[in-house]
Amino acid sequence: MTTAPVLNRREFLKTGAAGGAALVVAFHLPGSAFAAAQDQEKKTPNPLNAWVRITPDNRVTLILGKSEMGQGAMTALPMILAEELYLDWKQVSVEQAPTNPKIYDHGTGGSGSVAGSWLPLRRAGAAAREMLVTAAAQHWNVSRDTCKAQNGGVIHGARKQFLTYGELAEDAAKLPVPDFNTVPLKNSDDFTIVGHDRKRFEAAAKSTGAAKFGIDSRMPGMEYAVIARCPVFGGKVAKFDATKAKAVPGVRDVISIDAVGEGAFTSGGVVVLADNSWAAIQGRKALNIVWDEGPNAEESSESLRKHFVENAAKPGKAVRNDGDADAALSSATKKVEAVYELPFAAHACMEPMNCTVHIRPDGAEAWVPTQAPQWAQGVIAKVSGLPPENVDVHTTLMGGGFGRRYQADFVMEAAQVAKATGKPVQVLWTREDDMQHDFYRPASYHRMQGAVDAQGKVAAWKHFQSSTSIAAVWDKDGKDKPEASEFATAAFIPYETPNFRVEYALAHSGVPRAWWRSVEHSSSGFVVETFVDELAAAAGADPLKFRLQLIGDARKIPDFTNPKENKPLDTARLKGVLQLAAEKAEWGKPLPKGVARGIAGYFSFESYTAAVAEVSVKNGAVQVHRIVYAVDCGRPVNPSGVVAQVESAAVYALSAMMKDAITIDRGRVKQANFNDYDMPRMKEMPKIEVHVVTSKEDPTGIGEPGLPVVAPAVGNAVFAATGKRLRRLPIRAEDLA
Amino acid sequence: MAVTFTLNGKSRTVDVSPDMPLLWVLRDTLNMTGTKFGCGMALCGACTVHINGEMTRSCITPISSVAGKKVTTIEGLSKDGSHPVQQAWIAEDVPQCGYCQSGQIMSAVALLAKKPNPTDADIDDFMSGNICRCGTYQRIRKAIHRAAATPASKAKSA
Repeated sequence: MTTAPVLNRREFLKTGAAGGAALVVAFHLPGSAFAAAQDQEKKTPNPLNAWVRITPDNRVTLILGKSEMGQGAMTALPMILAEELYLDWKQVSVEQAPTNPKIYDHGTGGSGSVAGSWLPLRRAGAAAREMLVTAAAQHWNVSRDTCKAQNGGVIHGARKQFLTYGELAEDAAKLPVPDFNTVPLKNSDDFTIVGHDRKRFEAAAKSTGAAKFGIDSRMPGMEYAVIARCPVFGGKVAKFDATKAKAVPGVRDVISIDAVGEGAFTSGGVVVLADNSWAAIQGRKALNIVWDEGPNAEESSESLRKHFVENAAKPGKAVRNDGDADAALSSATKKVEAVYELPFAAHACMEPMNCTVHIRPDGAEAWVPTQAPQWAQGVIAKVSGLPPENVDVHTTLMGGGFGRRYQADFVMEAAQVAKATGKPVQVLWTREDDMQHDFYRPASYHRMQGAVDAQGKVAAWKHFQSSTSIAAVWDKDGKDKPEASEFATAAFIPYETPNFRVEYALAHSGVPRAWWRSVEHSSSGFVVETFVDELAAAAGADPLKFRLQLIGDARKIPDFTNPKENKPLDTARLKGVLQLAAEKAEWGKPLPKGVARGIAGYFSFESYTAAVAEVSVKNGAVQVHRIVYAVDCGRPVNPSGVVAQVESAAVYALSAMMKDAITIDRGRVKQANFNDYDMPRMKEMPKIEVHVVTSKEDPTGIGEPGLPVVAPAVGNAVFAATGKRLRRLPIRAEDLA
Repeated sequence: MAVTFTLNGKSRTVDVSPDMPLLWVLRDTLNMTGTKFGCGMALCGACTVHINGEMTRSCITPISSVAGKKVTTIEGLSKDGSHPVQQAWIAEDVPQCGYCQSGQIMSAVALLAKKPNPTDADIDDFMSGNICRCGTYQRIRKAIHRAAATPASKAKSA
């Protein structure tokens, strides 16, 4: 993955906007909210930016340096700025930042937008506020101490004078910029915006059809294109005949583009350019292509499973080894051994991939629904031969992202086409293209072994995993720690055990993999939180009490997979959400006949989530009635948005748990559309309740942490209802029989 | 082939291939991009419009079949988002990514035209043709109840 250059975060640009009447403040944000100010320089692979613009009519525009894909960054991040600026929320509007990695880092992922922006945005907002206050004091020729910010302006207490920010902005912009490290921040007890529900800025536009997604981009003279890609991963075009395609009404041209393996991963293919999307799709159907299917044409889900099983028959590479798990297992009386399996999963964003680009000799312009605008810009620059600063990338709204839109493959293809034609082009992916050429959540196979002693403590915990690692996609040889992307919290479980061993073996696959909402936590959460339930059952213990007992004393467990970052698991907070979810779900109280509860608690993206699921099983089908969540993501900036993200993650998790698998046959994906990769529908929805912990801790992630607890909570409830343990996803009727 | 139909109250004539789905005529020929492409197979509901007041998936509706009919899209519900269903969507803060919401709203308007006071079960049944990958279903249900409680929503779509 490309990263933007690390820049001096204290760089603080001031420029006058049109007419010189605007204060434009740009600032650099560290990638981590927890970075100590003094070592920010070393710690920031992901610097961010935002702008504050104030016009003479006292309108304030906050510039969003992150992408909006539904997660609510477009509302939550401006809330932080507005708070420190003492703005009246009604005067705020928001604009998407232009793509400029010299000032901004736009990368939006890892549930990090609010967490990573929290302190830097506060400092930036505070710095801008201090400049405005100073300007007012100078205007009145009074002591600065007698002036304070209030309601989008500055008030001078003694004389009851008031100047709006709009009246002060021009003078304020000429003042020296305060040191971000010492600029006074607002007392959090005085917050009036942060911590209070705010509706999404763009909700109205999204309710009227006015909101513009990438796919809605239109340029004068734009051609519409679709691409025929080799259905087998790693395959390419051997030869093609476009005679019939070119005869389809509306088709203008047919060209081919090469596969790319550097800067982005694409498979190349045959491009049909047309007057409209429909003609392009019809033209593609008329192509006659002979594919060179390449080295992966024999891969199947069955062959991959065989590979997993073979790997599991041998010792894996030791990732972690505390004590002697093998010895403890061999001498234990109560042992549990279980195999868990998870398939590839597709993102299936509602807006299929697309990219609109025009490459001219002197510059390029693009409309891209992307989580990584800086990467899109780099890709277009590379293809066009233009300097990046001449590539104008407009980040559009996204119809879902979930990690898929952190890739640049769809940008690379569009840039290749635009370069070849010299005309504006929109490359559209059909649903089938999107489903069959995704970067999937890895498939994984886990062999778990555990032992419980006479006191009900875990005497040993051994976790072997083989998977199609994400890290190995970027390092084809698998030499560079393919396991690094595959365990996360599974390598530093909160459950005390003296003998803890984690092993890994890479499984080779031609299927592209990358970050799928909650990434490795989606498998680790399922495996760890189901297996601990299995141990609870073996110990004859209540699943909640068993967890609380094993978590034990309050302590902070270092992130084993990422020790350099000081982001430990705080067991007290994990216990807190487990207890809150249990309390709200009335854990232990009777339920209607046939309904049972299951619980899971988990740490991801520095946040703590617990869920209690209520399910029943009838005729070989699981019905989820209710999911009660407790979440601790530090201080909730926009509590309504936090709840929305958790509700959303629940549905995303249910999709993968109840319904969907991407399976492979002859090197290609078998599923194509929502008929064979279906989504949960409204009538299948459980009631979802979200209880958000009140906290003054710094905010942490929330876009993804709601996901990992769903499958184990539901599966554990199924066990409570039926005695059947769900160890494979998605749920299969035969596993319930 | 020239096809004439009424779009949001105005007569429009397009000259396109007769099998071209209404979806692409709206989006690519007429630049009315509020109606979304999701699946192309009437599986997700993102492309939902009304034809002569009936909920229709525009992605599988050939333009030739629309001749002489009245088409209403999301843009035709109101000029300013003032339709009671749109207002309910805003009030309940329904959208997340928002991509499916044009279709959700068009389905909801069609439901309320048939059943002005739907039960949860009515809503679940009628709305289950519309996928929301962000999982806004709970809020959609609430918004439909809210709209149902607003008298003006009982007016039929154009």
